[in-house]
Amino acid sequence: MQAGEETLEKLVGEATVEIKNADGLHMRPAMQFVDLASQFDCDVTVSNGETDVDGKSIMQMSMLAATCGTRLKVRAQGPEAETAVEALRELVEVRMFDEPPPEGQR
Amino acid sequence: MKFEDFVCFKATIPELQSADRDGIIAELVSALVQAGKLPSASEAEITKAVIKRENEASTGMGKGVAVPHVKHPVVDDVLAAIGQSDTGIDFSSLDEQPVYSVILLISPPDNPDRHLRAMENLFKHLQKEKFRKFLRQCQTPEAFEDLLKEADDNPSW
Repeated sequence: MQAGEETLEKLVGEATVEIKNADGLHMRPAMQFVDLASQFDCDVTVSNGETDVDGKSIMQMSMLAATCGTRLKVRAQGPEAETAVEALRELVEVRMFDEPPPEGQR
Repeated sequence: MKFEDFVCFKATIPELQSADRDGIIAELVSALVQAGKLPSASEAEITKAVIKRENEASTGMGKGVAVPHVKHPVVDDVLAAIGQSDTGIDFSSLDEQPVYSVILLISPPDNPDRHLRAMENLFKHLQKEKFRKFLRQCQTPEAFEDLLKEADDNPSW
């Protein structure tokens, strides 16, 4: 059996996501993010350009001050990296943490 | 944003009297009323609102820290009170451990960004073991003020 390149490539995943809900990444969304990230077998790092934090730590995620419109870089490393990044992107940008966008964009 | 910008130094309690979560929240709201930061007419309502929010999901973030908070139009900017409990309080924390430091936050509903900035500042410090330890050692309101101002001046320690 070959340990092909494809297998290795799938060990990392990366996406830039934009916070779209009006209230931003406050505690409840941050907990949703951490809960989801923790379900995957990979490390998750989130960066706002200044700070890199552990996407599985609620305290660290609360340090991002990710207001509506903020772009975050989500990086994952591990067997489920790609799936994790896609699921987290969906939570942030599509589901918007089940919260409304800003007034005027509803 | 710095501690100085949102913590009411007249509403820091070195020794919380209550033994339960709801009592602690009431004590901290009351401290803000006594400090003249909240109208006494809104005390009961705000206390109830914070408890309601806490019942929806615990703000016990682990490592002995809880940050109960609520949005309320009575404040123009983020406002915080801080209290310490030596005995430890059950906050249904994520790590199931008792809480010793409680930071109560009241934020204006129409300015979510300010709330996030206050949280950023809070957790930047609270995630450090050294800061949590110093916070727990505060035995007077002056000690809280000194510690928080020192943290403001030295963001990296």
